[in-house]
Amino acid sequence: MTPLQRRAILLAPLGVAAVGGAGFWVLLDRLREGTYDPHGVPSVLIGKPLPSFSLPGQPPGQGFSSADIVASGKPAVVNFFASWCVPCVEEAPTLDALQQQGVPLWGIAYKDKADATARFLDQYGNPYLRVARDEPGRVAIDFGVYGVPETYLVDRAGIVRWRWAGGLSDSVVKQSLAPMLKDLA
Amino acid sequence: MIPELGHFALALAVVIATAQMILPLWGAYRRDARLMASAPALAIGQMIALVTAYGCLIWSAVTDDFSVLNIAENSNSLKPLLYKITGTWGNHEGSILLWCLILAICGASVGVFGRRLPSSLRARVIGVLGFSSCGFLLFALTESNPFARLWPPPVDGRDMNPLLQDPGLAIHPPVLYAGYVGFAIPFAFAVAALLEGRVDAAWGRWVRPWTLAAWCLLTSGIALGSWWAYYELGWGGYWFWDPVENASLLPWLAGTALLHSAIVVEKREALKTWTILLAIGTFSLSLSGTFLVRSGILNSVHSFASDPARGVFILGLLALVIGGSLLLFAFRASKLSAPGLFAPISREGALVLNNILLCSICAVVLTGTTYPLFAELLGSKLSVGPPYFQSTVFPLTVPLFAAMSLGPVLSWKRADLFPALLRLWWAALAAAVVGISAAVGLRHALPAFGFAAAVWLIFGALAELVERIRLFRVPLSNSLGRLAAQPLSVWGSAVAHAGMGVTVAGIAGMSLAVSTIVAVKVGQTVELGGYEWTLLGLHDEAGENYTARVSDIRVTCGGREIGIFHPSRRMFAVQKQTVTDTAIQTNLLRDLYAVLGEERGDTAVLRLHVNPLAPWIWLGALVMAAGGALSLADRRMRIGAPARRRRAATVPA
Repeated sequence: MTPLQRRAILLAPLGVAAVGGAGFWVLLDRLREGTYDPHGVPSVLIGKPLPSFSLPGQPPGQGFSSADIVASGKPAVVNFFASWCVPCVEEAPTLDALQQQGVPLWGIAYKDKADATARFLDQYGNPYLRVARDEPGRVAIDFGVYGVPETYLVDRAGIVRWRWAGGLSDSVVKQSLAPMLKDLA
Repeated sequence: MIPELGHFALALAVVIATAQMILPLWGAYRRDARLMASAPALAIGQMIALVTAYGCLIWSAVTDDFSVLNIAENSNSLKPLLYKITGTWGNHEGSILLWCLILAICGASVGVFGRRLPSSLRARVIGVLGFSSCGFLLFALTESNPFARLWPPPVDGRDMNPLLQDPGLAIHPPVLYAGYVGFAIPFAFAVAALLEGRVDAAWGRWVRPWTLAAWCLLTSGIALGSWWAYYELGWGGYWFWDPVENASLLPWLAGTALLHSAIVVEKREALKTWTILLAIGTFSLSLSGTFLVRSGILNSVHSFASDPARGVFILGLLALVIGGSLLLFAFRASKLSAPGLFAPISREGALVLNNILLCSICAVVLTGTTYPLFAELLGSKLSVGPPYFQSTVFPLTVPLFAAMSLGPVLSWKRADLFPALLRLWWAALAAAVVGISAAVGLRHALPAFGFAAAVWLIFGALAELVERIRLFRVPLSNSLGRLAAQPLSVWGSAVAHAGMGVTVAGIAGMSLAVSTIVAVKVGQTVELGGYEWTLLGLHDEAGENYTARVSDIRVTCGGREIGIFHPSRRMFAVQKQTVTDTAIQTNLLRDLYAVLGEERGDTAVLRLHVNPLAPWIWLGALVMAAGGALSLADRRMRIGAPARRRRAATVPA
């Protein structure tokens, strides 16, 4: 090893630290400006039309397609859920409350067996207008679902306006979803 | 009045720390014995000032002085006394003050216990510690003053986050911080060695006990944190690869590597440059982890009150401490003498392998933790989850565990692999038997591998002792005599390695856990994992500063009653927050774990888990820390007198 190479190797840790530090500096700056939110992983779908799909229904109900949602002519909430997911159980009361306020909820059971979904809806209530089944999970991929539960707000024209990854809670509804619904109504 | 006294003591500590930074370093540079001799007194003085400041903060909390902003925001007159005291470090300002206090204690202990150090080295170590103290104290004084007053004072405080009102979390931060900050001492030794331009065996011997002490505390702190997450958060998991958790794992990995490479410096005078870099790296990871978590940059489930303005101060401070030490490293490390030579197959070789693997794991975890940030910089949003960490860390642990048992039976300088493997044949056999029978019985490859690795680690640790006492090769009484004569550090390393085995067994067992979420009516029975869980009833109870909804669940196993569980939900009125209180019953071989969820009419949602071997995870970590403590109790470690060392060197290694 020549002395120059040795010097270069000894300088490497400083270089790594400097790059890391500079990166953190930029992020802190964006955090202060408000252009960076570590908690938000926004959907690329926002402002774009609903991906087109057509899914079979949860028996005995009938399924739905993206066209059905647009044809309903009202702002709609599309909720991905699964019987095997804990936050889905936790958000059930919130969804119930939304349904009672007359918000049309369209449920998509993600990677779930039909009888498991049926049991889930039996136990925790069925707040949905219709429940479709996405057992292979392909429609979820088109939506860019990050994990269940995940909720999308679609306007009258079928444009995705808002997305929430994770369980809905009353405070999320109050702070984000309800104002959005009011704007679109 | 008392808060002002605390504020004054804090300001005084800044002044003393400044003196502690300048006088000894200048004295060591000018070879002025009087200036160098001032170091211990200054370090002790700084500690006294900070003990006073912290005492004042506790006093304000205990006497419910809500005119202090920090107390008003985080305490409440109804809060139990224990949490009034521990609440002082449960928030940003108080925890920074505690951090400074521990750093000052580190400096003072070098002053008190480091009397045998060469005076210039001691002066430099204390000076470097004074430099870091000075930075963090200035931060505490200017950006996060815990004694700031509030006028008019509120009638009562806003109370602490209920999740933190828990005995486990009460002692977790001081232990964890002591671990983090403890690595400041090896760091100071590294910087001092760079300033001196000399690293020798004696340096390695002085650094090791400090590293070991910090490592023991960090190990216990991480275990406590993981245990708290397990029983308090009620998610049934023990490690979530969350940025805050990774922030504690990173220095642990680097610190473990440092612990082992310092042995090579002490025994063989090799790996000097590397050890210096590791000492700097470990403390840098401690600092960046804990402070960047608070800047609000990272997305974490554990929320701290974040303030980007504070982040800028911290980043500047980190740049000064880390950047400065690495700059020094770049220019001075080449002056360190050439390393001693050794063959790849040798104790040193095994320790180098250990370092490579630990640092690889560290790099992998660091990449996963910071990748979302750097992806953000490059314009894309993503998050890195447990699947990444599991699939990248797991393959690296395989050779690490293999080397952990093999390394200690190799001899220094050069060794033969075959005889070493021969000494471990029974450990390998036991591991294979356990692994194969687990694979057949469980039909899962990963847990079976985990159990095999656990047996390999525990028996491998035993094999080292067996080898040292020449069991069955010399008469038994002779062997027992040898056993009694083994230095404590040998016991320590064997115990620590076995502790890792216990933890690995716990993790393997935990991967077989079963759980269910059910909605049940009162009187209904659910079956899970061979146990029958019956919901007997639900009722309300009042606590000191909360009301609880308590359920009674009878658990039986084949008709035999295991116990009545009382998982509950606690509603904290002041904070308007609900916390689940998990019911856990353990018999050390498995945990039964019940959480009460929402209620709907006459049905309640219950989450039930059966977690095999779960307690072993934390038990193993405590065994590891105990091994470290045992090693620390070794006389050679504490005194490191050269004459004694020569005698010890004749003990077959």
